[in-house]
Amino acid sequence: MTGNARVLTGQHFLMGDVACAEGGLAAGCDFFAGYPITPSTEIAERLSRRLPEVGGVFTQMEDEIASMAAIIGASMAGARAMTATSGPGFSLMMENIGLAVMMEAPCVVVDVQRGSPSTGLPTLAGQADVMQAKWGSHGDYEIVAYAPSSPQESFDLVIKAFNTADRYRIPVFVMADEVIGHTAERVTIPPADQIPRVQRKRPRYAPGDESFLPFRAEDEDLVPPMVHAGEGYRVNVDSLTHDEKGYPATFAEPHDRLVRRLAAKIRQNAHQIIEYEELLLDDAQVVVVAYGCTARSARRAVALARQEGIRAGLLRLITLWPFAGQKVWELSSQAAAFVVPELNLGQMITQVERFTSHPVVGVNHAGGAIMPPEPILDAIREVVM
Amino acid sequence: MAEIAVASHPIDAVLRRDRLPHIWCPGCGIGAVMACYARAILESGIPLDKHICVSGIGCSARVPGYMNLDTYHTTHGRAIPFATGLKLVNPELQVTVFSGDGDLFAIGGNHFIHAARRNIDINVFCVNNFNYGMTGGQAGPTTPMGSFTTTTPYGNVEPPFNLAALAAACGAVFVARWTALHVRQAQEAMQRAMQKKGFAFVEIVAPCPVSFGKSNDIGEGVDEMWMYRKQCVVNDDADVTKIDVTMGKEAELVVGNFLDIERPAYMGYGKEVLGEA
Amino acid sequence: MRRELRLAGFGGQGIILAGYILGKAAALYDGKEAVFSQSYGPEARGGACAAAVIISDEAIDYPVVTRPDYLVLMSQEAFTIYGPLVNEGGIVIMDRDLVETTTEGERIYRVPFTRLAEELGNRIVANMVMLGALAAATDVVGREAMEESIRTSVRERTVPLNLKAFAAGYDYLAQGEAA
Repeated sequence: MTGNARVLTGQHFLMGDVACAEGGLAAGCDFFAGYPITPSTEIAERLSRRLPEVGGVFTQMEDEIASMAAIIGASMAGARAMTATSGPGFSLMMENIGLAVMMEAPCVVVDVQRGSPSTGLPTLAGQADVMQAKWGSHGDYEIVAYAPSSPQESFDLVIKAFNTADRYRIPVFVMADEVIGHTAERVTIPPADQIPRVQRKRPRYAPGDESFLPFRAEDEDLVPPMVHAGEGYRVNVDSLTHDEKGYPATFAEPHDRLVRRLAAKIRQNAHQIIEYEELLLDDAQVVVVAYGCTARSARRAVALARQEGIRAGLLRLITLWPFAGQKVWELSSQAAAFVVPELNLGQMITQVERFTSHPVVGVNHAGGAIMPPEPILDAIREVVM
Repeated sequence: MAEIAVASHPIDAVLRRDRLPHIWCPGCGIGAVMACYARAILESGIPLDKHICVSGIGCSARVPGYMNLDTYHTTHGRAIPFATGLKLVNPELQVTVFSGDGDLFAIGGNHFIHAARRNIDINVFCVNNFNYGMTGGQAGPTTPMGSFTTTTPYGNVEPPFNLAALAAACGAVFVARWTALHVRQAQEAMQRAMQKKGFAFVEIVAPCPVSFGKSNDIGEGVDEMWMYRKQCVVNDDADVTKIDVTMGKEAELVVGNFLDIERPAYMGYGKEVLGEA
Repeated sequence: MRRELRLAGFGGQGIILAGYILGKAAALYDGKEAVFSQSYGPEARGGACAAAVIISDEAIDYPVVTRPDYLVLMSQEAFTIYGPLVNEGGIVIMDRDLVETTTEGERIYRVPFTRLAEELGNRIVANMVMLGALAAATDVVGREAMEESIRTSVRERTVPLNLKAFAAGYDYLAQGEAA
């Protein structure tokens, strides 16, 4: 099933997890560190087979804390690095996700969500980690999180995640779920030269140049150029609040400046990052906002509603974070209500509510199976009555 | 009137002079150990640009911040897996983890034992001062039985790790123990660790006078140095399982280069595993 | 048109691989859209085992098989669990030696998958016999597409045996019907 090429150009029939792994390879992933956990394990298994074939390195660590630390170290050495996990492991990664934010270490974390809290439902789907992705590590920070709805999109979004990570020097999440991870569909892998590759911004100064401040953002995008280990710049990269030189600066003023820049580099560029798919929204009076596997059920529900003459439409979130609040706001001028189905007890719905004064109805299940279209259809009917 | 006693120093090239003075307390042993590391780097024959220093959190973990190298001050306990990722991506680099006993063996203990088992080619230099200095002298995994700390006000009831035995049992290929008094020997041990292909561990026992020393009637830093002078026994051939550090007033403190063996170093699961020519 | 298939039996019969090959045949070699999924969890170890495939001319939204139009049963337990769920007018194909039933009907095919595989020298290819019978009994996926999917999914040295098993299942029903 596997060849020796890094990019397996052609058509394949792949489950979402395997597509994530192939997306990583196509994006130029050099390094994977991980720990086995259902339902993400197929990503690690695939990469343990494939990375050695293409000159990359796979390593199985002692836990997810170590996995996350290892990919940050790898990133600092210049690698495109990723890990993959599921809820319990995602929780363990939170500590060093903050480290990646603070060190501005680009890396990709795939979370194949399962039923939770705690060990929950290891083999069954959930979508209850989406708030954790945004808020799970302590402190103020911004991240980017994508939510694939198919194996093809798993492939595409892992590539996009690597590019976004390198563009902004941040950890980027791919919030998959067990249904997408374990469902196989056709995945078209383009030729290697058609896979977009964003290069990390690199220093414009030579090593030893005293005027080079490694954590100074000289450009409008607020992203400082990245130095890799062993290049001669002899930079201090710190988890402590640091100044533009990278030196610890544990005082109120530099702290506020640093934390604001780290957040602002995402906030002010959000319009370039946010992605969504619009389905039948032009005349929609009811807008269903959905993502991941639930968006597929929502697509069916919208189609069924249309058959009944209800003007329903779907806003499918491709980026969960930053949230497409502006789009919800715009839709509010035309739609009368929103329906937000999720395999959790109401997480992204809180974001929708922030951007509209119209009724917002949640359709919720704690997880364990993909949501059927019927309860979503019922909610659509209910809000137009 | 203040006078600059020394205009330059042999280890200046390895230090970020603009970051000095350092944060450590009077009598603390970490500075002496940092100087050993600096000299070991200069003597290693490896270009400074290829030396990488990674640390976790704590007083000893502040060392990389003063080293004029590529340095990474990571999260508490996570220096070893961070260094593992870095080393696997660029095996040309000379990667050293420099941290303290609490960081490496309590919160980071699991990472330590697995890194040693894998035999990842890094050096781990541990300043062991028997307590958590930065947070104010709490008990840790190396605090001797009976010792007083801010979280063992009636004496410590937990047996400590013997770090040398732990490292050896887990698969380290080089294991040494010295003290902040043994600056020549510690430097040499660090140089040997750098030459070693595989997981090399050097423990350096050091005073923490304001916390551990004060609470346990050891006295100032210099008093603890005298204690090392009086009680240390150099024995490279010692049985590592029998050389616990008790810090007892009469007890022997066995130091030496205890282990130097060969074992294939871990390179990650990369192209080598394909076994092709 | 959307058609739902369920393949069910017990662990070790190659049900999952068969489902994957079926979905792949439709998606890559027959110009259709297809979704394949499998049962996970404790039931996927040893006991009952099921694969679900949806094949459609259009994009597939909801990826779940609820009432299969085609049901393949390779164990008595699978018959008990999934038998009642078949869609009205659906086609059922079962291993005649492993499923005991008095149920009869035009749309019920009873094929000795395992016995035919044993006659070929290896019962492990019973799943390929089953795919052959499925291809013969239905027009859900073309024979060539299925054969190409088998060729690209099983280990190279086992391709001839797998194709032979597929042909055995196909011929059993194709010829049986002609007779």
